[in-house]
Amino acid sequence: MEKECKVARTGCIGTCSVGPAVLVEPGDYLYQSVTPDKVREIVRDHIVLGLPVKDMLYKNEAYFQKQHRLVLRNAGKIDPSRIQDYISAGGYSALAKCLATMTPQGVIYEVVTSGLRGRGGAGFPTGQKWSLVARSHNTPKYIVANLDEGDPGVFANRTLAEADPHAIIEGMLIAAYAIGAEKGYIYIRSEYPLAIQTLQKAIAQAKAMSLLGEKILETSFKFDLELRFGAGAFVAGEETAILASVEGRRAMPRPRPPYPANSGLWQKPTLIQNVETLANIPLIVQNGGHWFSKTGTPKCTGTKCFSLTGKISNPGLIEVPMGITLREVVFDIGGGVPDGKKFKAVLVGGPSGGCLPETLLEIPIDYDSLTKVGAIMGSGGIVVIDEDSCMVDTARFFTEFCVDESCGKCTPCRAGLARLKEVFDKITHGQGEMSDIATLEKSGVYIRDASLCGLGQTAPNPVITTLRYFKDEYVKHIVEKQCVAGKCFKTRDEEELE
Amino acid sequence: MSVNIIKLKIDGVEVTVPEGTAILKAAKDSGIIIPTLCNLEGLTAYGGCRLCLVEVSGTPKLFPACSTPVGPNMEITTQSDKLKEYRKMAVQMLLAERTHICSVCVADDHCELQAMANQLGVDHVMFERNWSQDEIDSTHDFLVIDRNRCILCTRCIRVCDQIEGVHTLDLKLRGKDSQVIMDLDEHWGNSCSCTSCRKCAKVCPVGAIYIEGEPIEHTKKRDIAEFIVERRNRR
Repeated sequence: MEKECKVARTGCIGTCSVGPAVLVEPGDYLYQSVTPDKVREIVRDHIVLGLPVKDMLYKNEAYFQKQHRLVLRNAGKIDPSRIQDYISAGGYSALAKCLATMTPQGVIYEVVTSGLRGRGGAGFPTGQKWSLVARSHNTPKYIVANLDEGDPGVFANRTLAEADPHAIIEGMLIAAYAIGAEKGYIYIRSEYPLAIQTLQKAIAQAKAMSLLGEKILETSFKFDLELRFGAGAFVAGEETAILASVEGRRAMPRPRPPYPANSGLWQKPTLIQNVETLANIPLIVQNGGHWFSKTGTPKCTGTKCFSLTGKISNPGLIEVPMGITLREVVFDIGGGVPDGKKFKAVLVGGPSGGCLPETLLEIPIDYDSLTKVGAIMGSGGIVVIDEDSCMVDTARFFTEFCVDESCGKCTPCRAGLARLKEVFDKITHGQGEMSDIATLEKSGVYIRDASLCGLGQTAPNPVITTLRYFKDEYVKHIVEKQCVAGKCFKTRDEEELE
Repeated sequence: MSVNIIKLKIDGVEVTVPEGTAILKAAKDSGIIIPTLCNLEGLTAYGGCRLCLVEVSGTPKLFPACSTPVGPNMEITTQSDKLKEYRKMAVQMLLAERTHICSVCVADDHCELQAMANQLGVDHVMFERNWSQDEIDSTHDFLVIDRNRCILCTRCIRVCDQIEGVHTLDLKLRGKDSQVIMDLDEHWGNSCSCTSCRKCAKVCPVGAIYIEGEPIEHTKKRDIAEFIVERRNRR
């Protein structure tokens, strides 16, 4: 055989329903549900004879057509365990460009121009955050990359770390150069062993090539990077709780101000960014902020990764331009609800997102539009709910999750959510009264307005939105003792059996 | 370092205070008392009870007065229908959370939660009461903790750490299961770090920590804040 062909393990390409997947380059030929027998066929026909095996190719073109992959540019295409692969895909050239030709202010200017907003969920303008930290005269300064992705059914940050760890590291290096930090931490959950292993290897390789440590690329710029592991608390993803956890204390949020940009790790100015935000940075530096701002909407530029799960034909990890409609995501990319079932609702934003009905599917996905209808961008979790699910039960389930994950510091979140859950238990066991709806509404709004951190402030969203859009189901539960999906009114024994 | 003196308005009254002063203190200095439970002068602000939430014009967000510093030209509202409603809600949630029965409580008539409920006009609890039944720890010679009455304000933890400098007390678990513990969850009598200084009982706003054999009006003196500050200055 004369042809040479390289076989490499890559990160996930995002098509969860048809794994294992094999990508043959050149030409982006994606084979689905590959088995050892199928590999033999692919090698014989495609690699040796140059004839792609058509009936084994991934057929759902719509899945990729509407996507716009910036953050996931290398996911599934490079070997994450080899820094050489990242470099040959253009990696670390943005860092080189920064160090050789740009001032820190110049870098921040590009990030401001790009319009990039924090991908951790709150959507704070990234460039503005950087200028705040850069302006502070207090030293040393720190950077913390948030990889504490605790939402059930959300796996965007994990996939990014497993598929392209150097994009995160390069983003951190550029941020460090811009704000004048010399030390950074990646805060990652312990439940992500492969991501941890991949990042550890990537950090070691970057150090060996003098891309981390002293005299980076033979300049005076120095930056050291360390991993810090979470101990399994959802609330540790909140920015002030991360700080406490990195310092080795209990992961409990504290009131802001002071903001971490002024007083973060060990009371020093600290930049906290989600890893998805950081992975955008090399592209912005390489191509300019103006180039980046052309993707998405004017107020909400760039792309966002979403984890598509639930009752959907094509579950997986997608990256779409901001401003795309929910309908396009659920029906065009996601392929709609499988098995001929009827679409009922979509939960946008993870366990503390909002449940939106079909009538709201035309809204564009951006921070402000989602907030207006009661949902959040959050961690980018999209769960599709079909007619088999009960909305009261769904709201109860997510409330229970937040009850378990509340840190216990503030009254509304700790004591309030637990009371909400009790009201739900009453309703789903046939003891509901009409006054319970008012109790849920009143306390839900109170918990949202009065809680200390983002967890409590967003936790009632499933309750508030299901009450807003699916109130008839609550009334049916209470008045007629009926559950349209047949989920509720089980005896305690039946529940235990399940 | 010179401190900027700034002007702001609290409930329509013009106030002049050094920049960086907490809203709570700025209000108190001009005679406006904002309700609090977890806050105690002399200890770091905690921001947990959410009773001291106030409105700041220009933003729909509510801010805890204990930890939010004043800014120039701020317009702060400490009393409104919404705030009153929210404060009542917080007190009801605290009353429903564990086992609060005033008539059989050591702190009856000397309890800040009870006083707060009276002051705010809380005349019923809209939630199902959750009657917790945690074991009472009376293994210490004279300090007793009944966690069924605890409102998790963490004053005891903070006073133990910041004033006594011992850090015997801390929290275990999270959310509704959070509990105040001694050392690594020892019985109080077995705690090897506790100095038996009694500060925890003195700052506890409710009947969760008390001193056996001491009249409650002696333990829970209302001027405890001054006591703390004085102790701190003496150190």
